[in-house]
Amino acid sequence: MLQLRNVDVCYGSFKALTDISMSVDSGELVVLLGANGAGKSSLFNAISGLNKPAAGEIEFEGKRLDGLKPSGIVSSGVVQCAEGRKLFPMMSVQQNLMMGAYVHRRDKAGNKQRLEDVLELYPILREKADQPAGSLSGGQQQMVAIGRALMSRPRLLMLDEPSLGLAPLIVRQMFETIQKINRLGTTVLLAEQNAFAALKIATRAYVMENGQLVMEGDRDTMLGNEEVRKAYIGA
Amino acid sequence: MLKLASFMTRPAAKYLLIVLALVFPLIAKNEYQVYVMASAFIWAIAVYGLNIITGYCGQLNLAHGGFFALGAYTLGLLTADYGWSFWPAFVGALLMTAFIGFLVGVVSLRLKEHYFAIFTLCVGFIMYMLTDKWEELTHGPIGVRDIAAPHGFGIVDFTETTPFYYLVLAFLIFAIWFMGKLSRSLLGRTFMAIRNGDDLAQSLGINLMRNKTLAFVLSTTYAGMAGALYAGMVRFIGPEDGNILHTFDMITYLLVGGIGTLSGPLVGTVGIVWLTQSLQFLEEYRMILFGPLLVVLVIFFPRGIVGSFLGWLHRKTLDAGLPAAKKKESRIATGKEVENNA
Repeated sequence: MLQLRNVDVCYGSFKALTDISMSVDSGELVVLLGANGAGKSSLFNAISGLNKPAAGEIEFEGKRLDGLKPSGIVSSGVVQCAEGRKLFPMMSVQQNLMMGAYVHRRDKAGNKQRLEDVLELYPILREKADQPAGSLSGGQQQMVAIGRALMSRPRLLMLDEPSLGLAPLIVRQMFETIQKINRLGTTVLLAEQNAFAALKIATRAYVMENGQLVMEGDRDTMLGNEEVRKAYIGA
Repeated sequence: MLKLASFMTRPAAKYLLIVLALVFPLIAKNEYQVYVMASAFIWAIAVYGLNIITGYCGQLNLAHGGFFALGAYTLGLLTADYGWSFWPAFVGALLMTAFIGFLVGVVSLRLKEHYFAIFTLCVGFIMYMLTDKWEELTHGPIGVRDIAAPHGFGIVDFTETTPFYYLVLAFLIFAIWFMGKLSRSLLGRTFMAIRNGDDLAQSLGINLMRNKTLAFVLSTTYAGMAGALYAGMVRFIGPEDGNILHTFDMITYLLVGGIGTLSGPLVGTVGIVWLTQSLQFLEEYRMILFGPLLVVLVIFFPRGIVGSFLGWLHRKTLDAGLPAAKKKESRIATGKEVENNA
C-alpha cells in the first residue's frame, strides 16, 4: 500500500534520514520504534509532504506521493496525526473534528456520518462537543486529535507518539482504540517510544536509529529480540 | 456586573450600538464631531480588513496603508481626471485593490513570518513612493483635488458631513456583518487553522497558498473600500495618505481593540481616534501620555480590550456554572492555551 524506496531527507546540510526503504501493506498496523531524534517525525513529515525528500521515491497505492502538495496527499488518503496533539484550543471539540473533514467539505452527509463514527469510538467527546478543545484533559485532547485525523477519512493513518505525556492507564486505552481503528479497516503506521505497549497491538515493526532503519520484523520476533528488549522495553 | 457584561455579547447589544450610531449626529455637539466619527468608521473598515489577514490568518501585512491609499487614489483619479462618477469609480477602486492585492499576495505569501512582513513593508513603501513621484499619473506631492462625492438625492447631499456619515455607517455595518459571517464559516476557521501553524493546516489538507491569497485579497479589498470612502469624504488626497505610519496606526487600533476578534477593530479604532482627539490640546506632547498607555495595555491586556474582556467573561461564566473541581482546569485552559493561540 505504502512503499518507500531509498528515501533521504536533509535539513540544510544535515542528513536527517538516510536510505529509508520500507513498506506498509493494506490492513496492517506497523509500529516505528526509535528514541528521541531517531527521525520518526522526519519520516512522517516526508510522507505527508511537509518535508520534501532529497532523494528516493514514496508511493501510495501505486501513485507517487513525493512532489504532491501536502493537501493533495491528505486527499489521496494519507493522513498524519502530528506529535503533541496540536488542537485549535479556542474552537469547540466539534469544530476541531470538523476541521479534519476539510478535504471532504462538500460532502456534508458523509461528514455527519463520519462524525457519528468518531463519537461512537470516543463517546466522551459527545458530552464535550461544545466545549473549547483547550479545556479538555490531555487524554481527551489526544482523542480529539486522532478523531480529527479520522475525519479526513484516511486509508493510511500515521500516528506520531500518541501516548506522549499521558498517564499509563490512559495510554492503555489509547492503544486499545488504535487497535480498534485498525480492525475497522484503517491501515495504521504508529511511531512510538512506548515499545512494549505498541508492539502488543502491532502486526510488524521497524526500528529506527540515527535516521536509518536498522531492524524489521513481525510482532513476535520483535518482542523476543534481545536488542529490542534491552533498548526499548528495559527487561 | 456579570449580567451587564454578558449583555454585551448578546445580539441586543449590537442593535443598541446601531441605534446609538444612528442618533449620534443628533446628539453630537457640532459637525466636527460627526466628521471625526465618520473618519473613525472609515479607519475601522480598513482595520477590519487587516484583521482578516493578520488577526484571523496570522500574516502580518505591512502594506495595508498602501492599499488604503491605492483605493483612495483609484477613486480620486478616476473621478477627478477621467470624469467618472462616484459609484463606478468606487467599484473600480474595489476591483483595483483586489487585483493588485492578488498580484502582491501571490508573490509575497510565498514568504513566511517576518520575511512576509518585511516584504509587505517594502510594497507599502513602494506604493507611497509611486504616489509621491509618479507625477504624470498621481500629480505627485500636489495631490488630487476635485474628487467627486456620490450623487445625492432629494435633500440628501453627500458633500455635507452628516449624510456622508450615514453612508460610511452603512458600509461599516456591511463590513462587520460580512466579517461575522466569515469568522463563523468554515473559511474563517480555515484562516484560523493557518494562523495556528502552516504545517498543522497542511496536515488537515488545507491548500495554504490558495487560502492565504484569498485572505489577502479580502483584506486589501476592505482597505480599498475604506480608502475610496475616505477620498469621497475629504475630496482631496495626497501622498501622505499612503504614509507607512497609517499602517502602524491601524496595527495599533487592531492590537488595542483585540486582534482576531469581531468587535476589536471597532472598539480599538473608535476608542483611539477619540482619545487622540480629546488629547488634542496637548499637541505633540500627547504622545507622552499615549506611549505609556499603550505599553500598559500591551503588558496587562495582551489580547486587546475585546479579547481580554471575552476571556474574563468566559472564566466568570465557567466559574459560575461549573462545580469547584473543574474550575481550576478550565481556568488554566482558557488562560494559557488561549494566549498560546493568539
